[in-house]
Amino acid sequence: MGVKALDHESLNENVKKVQYAVRGELYLRASELQKEGKKIIFTNVGNPHALGQRPLTFPRQVVALCQAPFLLDDPNVGLLFPADAIARAKHYLSMTPGGLGAYSDSRGLPGIRKEVAEFIERRDGYSSDPELIFLTDGASKGVMQILNCIIRGQGDGVLVPVPQYPLYSATISLCGGSLVPYYLDESANWGLDVNNLRESVAQARFNGITVRAMVIINPGNPTGQCLSEANLREILNFCHQENLVLLGDEVYQQNIYQDERPFISARKILMDMGQPISKEVQLVSFHTVSKGYWGECGQRGGYFEMTNIPPQTVDEIYKISSISLSPNVPAQIFMGLMVNPPKPGDISYLQYVRESKGILESLRRRARIMTDGFNSCKNVVCNFTEGAMYSFPQIRLPPKAIEAAKDAGKVPDVFYCLKLLEATGISTVPGSGFGQKEGVFHLRTTILPAEEDMPEIMSSFKKFNDDFMEQYEDVKM
Amino acid sequence: MRRFVIGSARSLIERSRQNYQFQRPLLSSSYRLLSSTPAVDSPSSSSSTMAPPVALNTINPKVIECEYAVRGEIVTLAQKLQEEINTKPDAHPFEEILYCNIGNPQSLGQHPITFFREVLALCDHPTILDKSETQGLFSADSIERAWKILDQIPGRATGAYSHSQGIKGLRDTIAAGIEARDGFPADPNDIFLTDGASPAVHMMMQLLIRSEKDGILCPIPQYPLYSASIALHGGTLVPYYLDEATGWGLEVSQLKKQLETSRSMGITVRALVVINPGNPTGQVLAEENQKAIVEFCKQEGLVLLADEVYQENVYVPEKKFHSFKKVSRSMGYGEKDLSLVSFQSVSKGYYGECGKRGGYMEVTGFGADVREQIYKVASVNLCSNISGQILASLVMSPPKVGDESYESYSAERDGILSSLARRAKTLEDAFNKLEGVTCNKAEGAMYLFPRIDLPEKAIKAAEAEKKAPDAYYCQRLLTATGIVVVPGSGFGQVPGTWHFRCTILPQEEKIPAIVTRLTDFHKSFMDEFRG
Repeated sequence: MGVKALDHESLNENVKKVQYAVRGELYLRASELQKEGKKIIFTNVGNPHALGQRPLTFPRQVVALCQAPFLLDDPNVGLLFPADAIARAKHYLSMTPGGLGAYSDSRGLPGIRKEVAEFIERRDGYSSDPELIFLTDGASKGVMQILNCIIRGQGDGVLVPVPQYPLYSATISLCGGSLVPYYLDESANWGLDVNNLRESVAQARFNGITVRAMVIINPGNPTGQCLSEANLREILNFCHQENLVLLGDEVYQQNIYQDERPFISARKILMDMGQPISKEVQLVSFHTVSKGYWGECGQRGGYFEMTNIPPQTVDEIYKISSISLSPNVPAQIFMGLMVNPPKPGDISYLQYVRESKGILESLRRRARIMTDGFNSCKNVVCNFTEGAMYSFPQIRLPPKAIEAAKDAGKVPDVFYCLKLLEATGISTVPGSGFGQKEGVFHLRTTILPAEEDMPEIMSSFKKFNDDFMEQYEDVKM
Repeated sequence: MRRFVIGSARSLIERSRQNYQFQRPLLSSSYRLLSSTPAVDSPSSSSSTMAPPVALNTINPKVIECEYAVRGEIVTLAQKLQEEINTKPDAHPFEEILYCNIGNPQSLGQHPITFFREVLALCDHPTILDKSETQGLFSADSIERAWKILDQIPGRATGAYSHSQGIKGLRDTIAAGIEARDGFPADPNDIFLTDGASPAVHMMMQLLIRSEKDGILCPIPQYPLYSASIALHGGTLVPYYLDEATGWGLEVSQLKKQLETSRSMGITVRALVVINPGNPTGQVLAEENQKAIVEFCKQEGLVLLADEVYQENVYVPEKKFHSFKKVSRSMGYGEKDLSLVSFQSVSKGYYGECGKRGGYMEVTGFGADVREQIYKVASVNLCSNISGQILASLVMSPPKVGDESYESYSAERDGILSSLARRAKTLEDAFNKLEGVTCNKAEGAMYLFPRIDLPEKAIKAAEAEKKAPDAYYCQRLLTATGIVVVPGSGFGQVPGTWHFRCTILPQEEKIPAIVTRLTDFHKSFMDEFRG
């Protein structure tokens, strides 16, 4: 080659800055070991079906029929599919004359966006406008689209919780913006303190950053905490005072494992607070079919809902959506089904409820099993998983372990997680992938392994951990 | 007659903002104007005095700058008219809107390939594979294929995130399909499955563009994903004009000239986009042409971005699709010689599965460290939709002779392709009969891109309405006939020439009526504006 076309040096710097630990070093090492024949338990990503959770029956029936509408003409279709699935397939096919194979409206099929709006209204008690709801190929794409809209350059900062789901840090890097961290308080069950927010904003402004937006992940990832109503009010007041757009990542809204703090949407509180907040604070809320009890990660279905975004700006966001033509239609149908599931009296209702409850109750049990399991380990402290799908235990690494990590050229929690992986096959993500206070180490694992496998996994972890701690603890004379 | 603008170098390097494109005010790209940086620790005063964070004058200016005419202004108007007809059926002199603006075959009545849908349905709901009734409803080979695919997916979990490049087994199938097509091997590790080809294009632009000093050579006319993506990523579009007089020929001398000009202006040209078969222009490159392009990229150190999504849409016997991968390998060029990214999609061809968002890029000739970065960017989005991945593998390995579904599959495929060829010819002939209109043949793809010689009077009428002349023509066409086409200014054209892009996709039985309406409209338009 005369001249090298694209080498590492000439890559976009922003791309080089990106880190996404969820599928980074640990995952790649785990995949290598798996190829070599080792049994790996992948708990690095919230991917329920990969760990044995079964898809709900009804949506799969409906989408299969939509994929192959000629089935609907076959007199024997009723032998394989219940009548309500058949009816629902016809309902969705009537929304899209071209079937699943046609680009839909770039914002998603109007009929499905209407179903989403109705869901939001039932959930919150306030009406929602389908025109302000855009379906996307997964919530991640929606987050990227909105952040790309907001971030003009390095001078623009986005408040992001620490620890955070690294989609946010990665996207801010890609967009060339600045991440403004606000620390969640581990000693207060990962609580959010508005004073921390104020401090972070002040620091950022002192450094010449214009803070533009604030991300909340509720329930939290990796931390699982559920925000209280008081919290949400504080946050909305704060965004109002500081002129920030609030980005509400609410993808785990159906994963709640305690009863003290049920899920309340940011939008509901925004509306509850009345004017001026309800009319002035800008909000974008995100949801998905990947989590909850559906766990349909592979479909790539999500949406964002905009509140108080000026119409011409909505047009610009629409324009960006149109460049990608449309979100994938099968996932749109999954979304419609999720927000508008079988109702009492429907043929499939009981099965649907049984399947859903089974999953949710099991998740709740597993959240408890894991938390307790970690807390029974030496030098491990773990907050309860109030929601979402993860456990984020703090690993108090002895100084000698930290030294050993340094000698191995690795960040301490990466060192620990690699050893854990090699010893037990458990593939986690080191806390450094999510952000944490300096000198405090964690790992993130999911609560998704099958319930029957949990005891063994936890005892395997405990054995590794306690041995590790013994190995690196100072020898007492 | 060459009608290139060989004028000042500056006019040849266009930002993606075309001359007359859209009439929105050009907002300053400097956000210094919007200073809302309050003093260190006093919170700002009431936010009603400050611009909200998400408003036209406070959002990323690149978002404002980029344009995408395929679903732009004319479509918004069409939707408005559609609504008016829905409420009042005789509101307009036509019964229905005919969307000829977008390559969306199934929305206009094209049927999906039955075998593909059978397999997808079974993969969506694998529970029924164990039931005896399924044998009666699905072909045996679709059941077999579904089993084969499910066995390649860990736990048969089609609802799980896959490997960020896509399911390995499916990539193996696609690589085999590429090899069968080209006669040269393909590596499954070179394949990245994406939600359609468009996200893959965005990914490459993101990697390549560091600043506005980075340029990407794009054909004019081009499919405006490229101009939009370059604008969004803050780069510079370096145009190279296709030659209308020679059937939209691509001259390497033109490439060289544009390259040199842009370099002299301090632009680092990073890549060359070639769309083959062309969109909107439909030309299929001759192999010799392709070799010259490969040679050019190799010499100049450019990444070749080969948009090959219309590879199965070739309508003329004298032309054949050759992938750039095949061409470069046949020249003896390998990984060390050429950086090539080839894009394919499930949206076009004879399958037309736009709504599924399936596609891939095959990435060859990059170092391991660059490959790592590509993988990293792909991983942030976790993976593309599984159903689309499965479909991509089906497209690259359809039923073969001897398979139970082969006969019906090939009948469906040939029916669609021959119909497309007929429609391409019919519309081409119809356009060429219109006064002042010339239309190159659609050798491939799904579009016709006729040139209209608009009379002065029409151009003035357009200017009076602050519209580009071709946009004006298209709007008049729409309001008179309900036919939606996209003005040529949405794709780029030699300044002073006017075109529009019309798809060949309306069902065959509708074509005569379209031709009649179009012809009548054009005649009365010319009557109105003839000098």
